[in-house]
Amino acid sequence: MSDAVVRVENLTRRFGEFIAVDHVNFEVNAGEVVGYLGPNGSGKTTTIRMLLGLLAPSDGKATVLGFDAFRQSEEVRARAGYMSQKFALYDDLTVMENLVFYGGVYGIRDKGRIRETIELVGLNGHESTLTRSLSAGWRQRLALGIAVVHQPKLLFLDEPTSGVDPTARRAFWDLIYNMAESGVTILVTTHYMDEAEYCERVGMMRDGKLLAMDTPSKLKETVVPGDVWEVFAEPLQNGLAALHGVNGVLRVGLAGDHLRTITERGKKKEDLQKVLKDRGVNVSNVLAGEPTLEDVFLSLAR
Amino acid sequence: MTLRLASIIRKEFIQILRDPRTLIMTLIMPIMQLFLLGYAATTDIKNIPIAVWDQSRSPQSRALLDAFRSANYFTIEYEVGSQQDIRTLIEDGKIRAALIIPPDYSQQLIENDAQVLVILDGSDATSGSTALSASQLIGQAYATKIMTEDASRLGRGSAVAPPVQFLTQVWYNPDLVSAYFMIPAVIGIILYVISTMLTATTIVRERERGTIEQLIVTPIRSWELVVGKILPYVVLAFLDTFEVLILGHYWFGVPVRGSLALILETSGLLLLSSLGIGLFASTVANTQQEAMLTVWMTLLPSIFLSGFFFPLEAMPPFLQAFAYIIPLRYYLIVIRALLIKGVGASSIQGEIIALAVFGIIIMGIASLRFRKRLD
Repeated sequence: MSDAVVRVENLTRRFGEFIAVDHVNFEVNAGEVVGYLGPNGSGKTTTIRMLLGLLAPSDGKATVLGFDAFRQSEEVRARAGYMSQKFALYDDLTVMENLVFYGGVYGIRDKGRIRETIELVGLNGHESTLTRSLSAGWRQRLALGIAVVHQPKLLFLDEPTSGVDPTARRAFWDLIYNMAESGVTILVTTHYMDEAEYCERVGMMRDGKLLAMDTPSKLKETVVPGDVWEVFAEPLQNGLAALHGVNGVLRVGLAGDHLRTITERGKKKEDLQKVLKDRGVNVSNVLAGEPTLEDVFLSLAR
Repeated sequence: MTLRLASIIRKEFIQILRDPRTLIMTLIMPIMQLFLLGYAATTDIKNIPIAVWDQSRSPQSRALLDAFRSANYFTIEYEVGSQQDIRTLIEDGKIRAALIIPPDYSQQLIENDAQVLVILDGSDATSGSTALSASQLIGQAYATKIMTEDASRLGRGSAVAPPVQFLTQVWYNPDLVSAYFMIPAVIGIILYVISTMLTATTIVRERERGTIEQLIVTPIRSWELVVGKILPYVVLAFLDTFEVLILGHYWFGVPVRGSLALILETSGLLLLSSLGIGLFASTVANTQQEAMLTVWMTLLPSIFLSGFFFPLEAMPPFLQAFAYIIPLRYYLIVIRALLIKGVGASSIQGEIIALAVFGIIIMGIASLRFRKRLD
């Protein structure tokens, strides 16, 4: 037996004709931070809901913390934390009242634990603020506090950063790392590519299928089918047109003030420069680039 | 009580108190309904305006008019001189009835063949039929009085008394005040409507806001969630019951003759059904509007088939049969009997059993449907 905290085998969920999750297989090991990346509607939330027994799987099975996710969902729920993308808070309760309520529902009488949670998510000083009047960033912290008030060993975060500004997003990821360091296993969904880079392993989801799951660097190495180049040229539009359809150029696109292209392995910087010069495009620089998770995702999704 | 249950009850009370508009509505609405139904929904008709065309103008005709005046049912608003006048007054809605006394009324009396004509406005069936029976009653009583007076004057004693006399006694509500009939029913309606609506919306609100998903992933048990969410509203519903009971008793003078404990126990049985229906509505609805519509679909037939406005005996047989599955119907029988007749449990045994059976069935089905799941 491996020390998998989550093990998913052929997990499938249909809603009528629509297949939301299609024979998905993966494992999450103890202490890992695993990201689940994919566009909206790709089946990320449905997967997490099945892991918590909120939805019944149509096929396959999921084991969470050694329990059957659907048949023993109460065992799972008592030990796992869940932060839904809606930030399920009571707007008409204060921060403290929300935490005391959810704490009570988890059987926590200890006021000290509530205090600790407030400090952990950095809500000190906001205890008696009505949740309604909190900003998105603070609401997100409170939602996280509610998910961890019972000190779970496993944490499911469903789009925890949606609608939150970049500073709050960064601060939130620091909180996630702190928790991971204390031994909590974390499965987090996102549709932000940059956030997925923070994860130890990333699963790529599209149309209900898990396309790949590995460390970000392994994914870049194995999935991206060639070399990445950053091309600085004038005028950009002509350069874009020039590279399109050239033999050996797999993909080309605008990236801010320059072009980004992926070529078959073995192509040289000089090859690109020549193609562009022949079409009358002024090339100022061509640099070897690093593949991103977006490249991985686009390559997988082709 | 478990900490989980206590937490959810506490949270629900905080939310109720923090929403004063809903709270005030919940406490004021029954008072409004009580006054509306206590005063407006009455079939007691007094002081019907009438016109008189007295062509006799004799001491005998004046005596007849006095008999009409003293009965309280009619007030003589107009004295007219033609049938056309009567028609005009009725068409203008000034009078609902008219009394025509012929010119030779006193002569006819002597010949024992007097006739007077009462004209009624039948366009309002309710007040028309009340006026009809009232005028017949007054007329008969007056005729009997004249007969006995004549007989004693002629020294024949009671020899001419009618062969059969119908004596009537009205029990429990001798003046037939309809408030006595309506207000106990208002208690039932209010208890039923408020508990159904509040239960349905309070649970659906959690679904609308997405908090139900967070609650489901906690170790809370389904029954704790249901009981914890409903209990605060049961308290509110009982507050309303007391409010209506006290106002009904002290303002409208409705008697409370039965045992208070029995009233509360049977009300609790009704609540099983109404909370069950509310809970059921919350399992099929996704938004508060949907929940309201679902609840209304069950409320309307319940109210009309409960015997609240219209007596069940007057309905066609298939509706009467349908009314047997309406829990509110049994409760209205129970609460009317408890308040006005002051009966004990044994007299309303059948209804109590029906309430309990329906309550358990409805609550059972609703609880089974209410699962800690999203689909």
